[in-house]
Amino acid sequence: MVYLTRVEHFNAAHKLYNPNWSREKNDEVFGACANENWHGHNFDIYVTVKGTADPDTGFVMDAKKLKTLIREHVISKVDHKNLNLDVAFMQGKLCSTENLIVGIWNELQPHLPVNVTLHSIKLYETPRIYVEYFGE
Amino acid sequence: MANKVAVYRKEHFNAAHRLHNDAWTEQENDRVFGKCNNPNYHGHNYDLIIKVTGEPDVATGYVIDLKILSDIVNDEVLKKFDHKNLNLDVPEFKTLNPTAENIAIIIYQLLRPKIDSRFDVQVRLYETERNFVEYPA
Repeated sequence: MVYLTRVEHFNAAHKLYNPNWSREKNDEVFGACANENWHGHNFDIYVTVKGTADPDTGFVMDAKKLKTLIREHVISKVDHKNLNLDVAFMQGKLCSTENLIVGIWNELQPHLPVNVTLHSIKLYETPRIYVEYFGE
Repeated sequence: MANKVAVYRKEHFNAAHRLHNDAWTEQENDRVFGKCNNPNYHGHNYDLIIKVTGEPDVATGYVIDLKILSDIVNDEVLKKFDHKNLNLDVPEFKTLNPTAENIAIIIYQLLRPKIDSRFDVQVRLYETERNFVEYPA
């Protein structure tokens, strides 16, 4: 089994805000991340697929095709967007990086070739904070 | 011979912004600024590098105490910009388009009065890993 990773990035605005709570409770729990006018990040995303190398190409999958799939099904929906307002798969969800990574997994996974499995996604909100999801 | 040394302090802030010219039509804004014109904003992790140039002090060996420089950047810049919407929350951008260029100029104007005039100051601002600006050039 060989693991192939493609790295992409997107720039987006978001805020952490629970509409069921008061303004005060949101400020207490989320602090500066609850700014009602949003703030933003350069997100770096690492998508890892696994499979065995094809005997004819030597590829687990064509990395250019993986790039195209990520850009079509993920990046185009989130890049230069407001994650709270503009992204259909985040509607009704709290806009944490944890929830974002699960949403991204669900957008991407159905479109991968049959001989390849989505192994993990790693999503950096900042260089010092990242989340990982393995589909469990 | 003067021993001029440049010292650097790196900080960061996370902010939302939108590129827009109120004097233009929606079409013109879209044509010039593209996706950076999203009316719902987008955002960046900005990396900020402040360069201070001068001669090391004879007693301390410092050009400037970098902890003091960090405090100045925190007080004058990060408190105003971090986790904010530059267009909506920062008065300096009420009528100024918050491009990386203009942000760097504003940051310089905020810091310059707080740093001794015998030192040169330069601001480098990374909007992304691939796009960064310097002021003064």
